[in-house]
Amino acid sequence: MAKELIRLSHVSMAFDGEVVLDDMNIYFNDKEFLTLLGPSGCGKTTTLRIVGGFLTPTSGDVFFDGVRINDVPPSKRQVNTVFQRYALFPHLNVYENVAFGLRLQRPKISEKETAARVGEMLETVSLRGFEHRTVTSLSGGQQQRVAIARALVMRPKVLLLDEPLGALDMRLRKDMQQELKRIQQQMEITFIYVTHDQEEALAMSDTVVVMNAGKIQQIGSPEDIYNEPKNAFVADFIGESNIVDGIMRADEVVEIFGRKFRCVDKGFAPDEEVDVVIRPEDVDIVPPEKGLLIGTVTSVTFKGMHYDIIVDFYGFKWLIETTDFCPVGERIGIDIVPEGFHIMKKSIYSGMFGDYSSYSEEYDEISDAEYVEEAANDGEVPE
Amino acid sequence: MTRGMKRLSIPYIVWMAIFVVAPIFIVLIYAVTSSSGAFTAANFSNMLSYSGVFARSMWLAFIATVICLVIGYPAAYILSRLGPGAQKICMMLVILPMWINSLLRTYAWMSILENTGLLNRFFRAIGLLDLLGIEFVPMINTPGAVVLGMVYDFLPFMILPIYSVLVKMDYTLVEAAEDLGATPAKVFTKVTLPLSVSGVVSGVTMVFVPAISTFVISRLLGGGSDMLLGDLIEMQFLGTAYNPHLGSAISIVMMVIVVICMSLMNRFGDGEEGAIPL
Repeated sequence: MAKELIRLSHVSMAFDGEVVLDDMNIYFNDKEFLTLLGPSGCGKTTTLRIVGGFLTPTSGDVFFDGVRINDVPPSKRQVNTVFQRYALFPHLNVYENVAFGLRLQRPKISEKETAARVGEMLETVSLRGFEHRTVTSLSGGQQQRVAIARALVMRPKVLLLDEPLGALDMRLRKDMQQELKRIQQQMEITFIYVTHDQEEALAMSDTVVVMNAGKIQQIGSPEDIYNEPKNAFVADFIGESNIVDGIMRADEVVEIFGRKFRCVDKGFAPDEEVDVVIRPEDVDIVPPEKGLLIGTVTSVTFKGMHYDIIVDFYGFKWLIETTDFCPVGERIGIDIVPEGFHIMKKSIYSGMFGDYSSYSEEYDEISDAEYVEEAANDGEVPE
Repeated sequence: MTRGMKRLSIPYIVWMAIFVVAPIFIVLIYAVTSSSGAFTAANFSNMLSYSGVFARSMWLAFIATVICLVIGYPAAYILSRLGPGAQKICMMLVILPMWINSLLRTYAWMSILENTGLLNRFFRAIGLLDLLGIEFVPMINTPGAVVLGMVYDFLPFMILPIYSVLVKMDYTLVEAAEDLGATPAKVFTKVTLPLSVSGVVSGVTMVFVPAISTFVISRLLGGGSDMLLGDLIEMQFLGTAYNPHLGSAISIVMMVIVVICMSLMNRFGDGEEGAIPL
C-alpha cells in the first residue's frame, strides 16, 4: 500500500565501544504514524537522531527515497525534529521562532509568504494571537505547540518527535495525543515518534516498533503487538501479562501446569516448549469446582473500574483483572477461552518476565501488612 | 524573602555605605571645592587642557577591548566545545596568570620588550636587526606596548564571562537551528552569538573599565611619555602636581564617561542574565 520513504539498512551505532544499536533494519512508510517504543537506553532516540542527521551510524546505511543520506547534514534533510525539551530559541518571540527556518531558505521567501505560512501553522496548532509573546512566557503545552509549528512550517516529508509529551501533565498529554494524530492526518506526512509510554504508542500509532537493548523486538500494528506479542519482553512491556512455561502437545492444544488447554495457535513442532501469555483481562473467575485451574487469592487492589487480584497457582502468581470482588485467601477457579492463550516461541527473554510474585510483595509492603493478614484469617474485606 | 534573610544583608549595606558610597561623596566634594575649601567649578574647566589625555585613554582602552574581544570570543567558544578534561586544563591555563601579581607580570613584559630585552636579543640572534640595518626594534614606551600590556592583563576577564555563557547554552538549540536548515555560519550568527551577547557585554565592561583607568601598565610599558588618565589622576594625589581637587574632578568625569559607555553597552544585552547592571 504505502510507499517506502526511509530505510535503515544494517545500521549499528556504538559510543566508546558500547553498542547502542545492533544491526538494525527498518523502513518507514510515507504518511505513516510510526512509534519507536522501548525502555530508556533501548536505542530509540539514537535511531531518531540517525534519521535526523545528528548522528552518523558506526556502520550501515540510511536511505531517503532510495538515496543514501549518511553524510547529508541535518540542514539539508527533508526531515524536521521536535526536540524533547522543545529547544525553542529564547531570544526570539513565537512568530520569529516559527519563521526561523523559512528565513534561512534560499531563494528567499517573501515576508508576505512567510507571514502567511507562519499564520497558517499557528492556526493549525491553535496558537493564533500568540505571535508576539516571548516563548519563555508560554506554558509547557504551548511551548510544545510552538516547537511543532516551527518544524511543520518547513513542510517536511517526515517529522521526528522525541518524547514530545514527556514534560506535560497527564491531562495535557491525552489532549496533545489527539492533537498530534489530527495534525498528522491533516498534513499527510510521516511522523516518527519516540516514547517509552506504551499506552501513548498504542493510542496514536499506525505502526509500533518495540525495541530493547539496541534491537527491534517486534514491528506491527498496535493490535498485533498487543494481541500477538512475539516474545516475553514485548508481552511484558505492552500491557500486563502472565507468562508461563507451556508445551504444545498438538495444533491448538497447549499444556500448562500439567493440564491441556484448547488454544488457537498452530504450526509448532510436536511437544515444543513455548512461552504462554495470558492477559489479566482474559481470565474468567468461576467457582472452584468448575475451574480449569484452582488457585488462592493472595492480594487485592482496587483500581476503580476493576480489581487487580494476585492469584497463586501452584506457586506461580498471576495477575487477574476482575469486576467481581474476591477476598484474600479465597480459593477460586478460572476459565480461559481458547483465544485467551497467546503462544510464543522460546526466546532469550523466556523466564525473565510475567511472574507477579514481586508485584504482590510490593503490594504487601505498601499496605498495612498486619491488617491484610488479619483480614485473610477472618476472610473479611480489607479496605 | 523573609525578614530574617534580609537582616543578613545589613553588614554588607554598612560596608557599602562606609567604603563605597561615602568615598564617592568625599571625592565629589573635593571635586567642587578649591584648596581653600570654597565652592568652585574651576577644577572642571581646567580639565579642558587634559582633553588629549582623555581621548588617548579612551582610544587605547577601546583598542585593547576590541583586541580582547577578537581573541577572547573564539577562545571562549573553542573552550566551551572541548571535552570536560581538556576544558578543565585550558581553564586553568587562562586563570593561572591571574594568580601572579600583575605588577610582576608587567615588569616581565618590560624585560621582554626593552631595547636590550629578550625579543630584541632574539631578533639580533636570528640576524633580523642586521638585515634591517637598525640597532633595535622600538617596542617599549610605545602605545602598542601599553595596549599589549592591557590585553595581556585583562584577556581572562573577557574570556571567562563569555565562556560561562557559552558553556551553559543548551546545545539542542544549535541542533534545532541545523534541523531548520541553518549552515554552521548561520547557526553562529542567528543563535550562538545573540545568546552570548550578555557574556560579551560583561567581558567588554570588565576589560574596558580597568583599561581606561590603569596607571601601572602605561607607566611601566608606556614610559610615562604618553600620559593616560590613570597616570594623570595618580599625579594629582601622589605626584609632583599635587592637586587632589583636580584629581577628584578628573575621577568624577572618568566615572561618568564609563557609566555612559556601559549603559550604552547594556542596551545590547538588555534583560539578559550575566550582564553587569549599572
